[in-house]
Amino acid sequence: MALRLGLRAARSRLLSCRSCLSACRPLSPGHLCRPLSAGLRYTDKHEWVRLDGGVGTVGISKFAQEALGDIVYCSLPEVGTKLSQSDEFGALESVKAASELYSPLSGEVTEVNHALADNPGLVNKSCYKDGWLIKMTVENPAELEALMEEAAYERYVRSIED
Amino acid sequence: MLSRLFSRGHRIVTRALTPTVTPSTASAAQQERRASTSEASLKRTPLYEFHGAHGGKMVEFAGWSMAVQYRDSHIVSHTHTRQRCSLFDVGHMLQTRVHGKDRVKFMESLVVGDVAELKENQGALSLFTSSSGGILDDLIVTKTDQGYLYVVSNAGCAEKDSAHMKERLQEFKAAGHDVDVEFLEDSLIALQGPSMVRVLQPGVCDDLGKLTFMTSVLTPVFGIAGCRVTRCGYTGEDGVEISVPSKAVVSLTEKLLANSEVRLAGLGARDSLRLEAGLCLYGNDIDETTTPVEAGLVWTIGKRRRLQRDFPGADVVVPQIKEKTQRKRVGLISAGPPARQHTPILAPGGQIIGEVTSGCPSPCLKQNIAMGYVETAFSKVGTALQVEVRKKAVPALVSKMPFVPTKYYTGQ
Repeated sequence: MALRLGLRAARSRLLSCRSCLSACRPLSPGHLCRPLSAGLRYTDKHEWVRLDGGVGTVGISKFAQEALGDIVYCSLPEVGTKLSQSDEFGALESVKAASELYSPLSGEVTEVNHALADNPGLVNKSCYKDGWLIKMTVENPAELEALMEEAAYERYVRSIED
Repeated sequence: MLSRLFSRGHRIVTRALTPTVTPSTASAAQQERRASTSEASLKRTPLYEFHGAHGGKMVEFAGWSMAVQYRDSHIVSHTHTRQRCSLFDVGHMLQTRVHGKDRVKFMESLVVGDVAELKENQGALSLFTSSSGGILDDLIVTKTDQGYLYVVSNAGCAEKDSAHMKERLQEFKAAGHDVDVEFLEDSLIALQGPSMVRVLQPGVCDDLGKLTFMTSVLTPVFGIAGCRVTRCGYTGEDGVEISVPSKAVVSLTEKLLANSEVRLAGLGARDSLRLEAGLCLYGNDIDETTTPVEAGLVWTIGKRRRLQRDFPGADVVVPQIKEKTQRKRVGLISAGPPARQHTPILAPGGQIIGEVTSGCPSPCLKQNIAMGYVETAFSKVGTALQVEVRKKAVPALVSKMPFVPTKYYTGQ
């Protein structure tokens, strides 16, 4: 993403990014605090993917969500759409701009988040949980391995500022 | 996913009544280069540090580092302007004074408006036009009672405008006319929204009830001398622009912000507000390839100027008024994915009949609004058209502008 941000904006965003990465899920007793973003893999275009039982859930990062601002419309693909890694699969629209979405993996769309049709702002409010975008099959698990882990993504986000 | 966010979204510009933006002469490549110019090389208004201290997210705009928004979200900021009042730094715009006995004649040699007809301290939206009738920039010219014309034009056109004025100045001087041009270093802030009067009245002696839309007064504001308050703006709301000596702009801004009605707003909200108000952004909606007639700005052309055909490009523009043009600027309303700049506009049959020049989801209407140029046959309000967004045809209706009613204070 060729984000051209002022340094100051970038820094403040980074700070909130970190605080989000360490946010906890609501816990049942006995669980360790586990960040919502734990176990995610990230693309350099700021999509994340989480693997659950062979199905990948895809969303956008806190950094991306904040850069976009209030999201007012989500263009998402139909179930059954076949995607190759890096294929454009939709777009998120804020008042100021449209941002295309690119598939983190190759696979087929198995589910889209219908809650976003009436409530696109969920992507802002809960980008790692309720604001997920699509679920997809994982055709080539090696693609997942090549994506950034959380620490690498954090470094990447920081590097964008420098 | 964010690759276009900043290259596009921020080609926002800002103007006084009608606006502007990137110089129309700049190629896309030049704009890209400019966009990636390092922060340090960008020009800064005297409020730069203030923006930083107030959470301003700074972006490049027309060679300036400007706040696109502050801590409020874009929508909150937009809505606040419509309900209360917002303060915008528009100090990047070009402010000029035209002095001398022949100042009106000089100005009329550059613009389409009837400057002579303006009353004292009255202003008007006008256009610099080329000899071929294209719009070089839009501007507001005010005929002050201080012996000069006060002109505000777009930041993105500042170099072009100043060169244009200087060139004409040489000609005028060579012909023995009495005229001079002074480019101001003063700052400019805009206070826009229904609470403006409540906020500003305690700071000025004059009764703001007498300062109607497009009139101007030189007055101290909250004790700061040398301010010029003009009732105009780029949001569709009642509001003013205040030209203030740069050394005092932080102090004035702090005094205005001390009122809880006032919040800072950036270029993001400014762009969506002006689009709802149907106001053109120079570089997007009008440029050197569009004429005042195509752009629906015939009303800016003075009647006398039309009859005498004595403004630049009149021989092209005046016949267009009667004969109609091939294309016209229209407003569009649609649902679903918003149509942005460069989105193709299609006839019901699917053929391309035009292009969107500005578009966004309207925070007030909760529908998508856009303006663009279409073949004149399809320009009637109520015509059902389509916009092609990411290869899908989306229904769109030709709609009248402003999309959101304007609330200019006319004194009635």
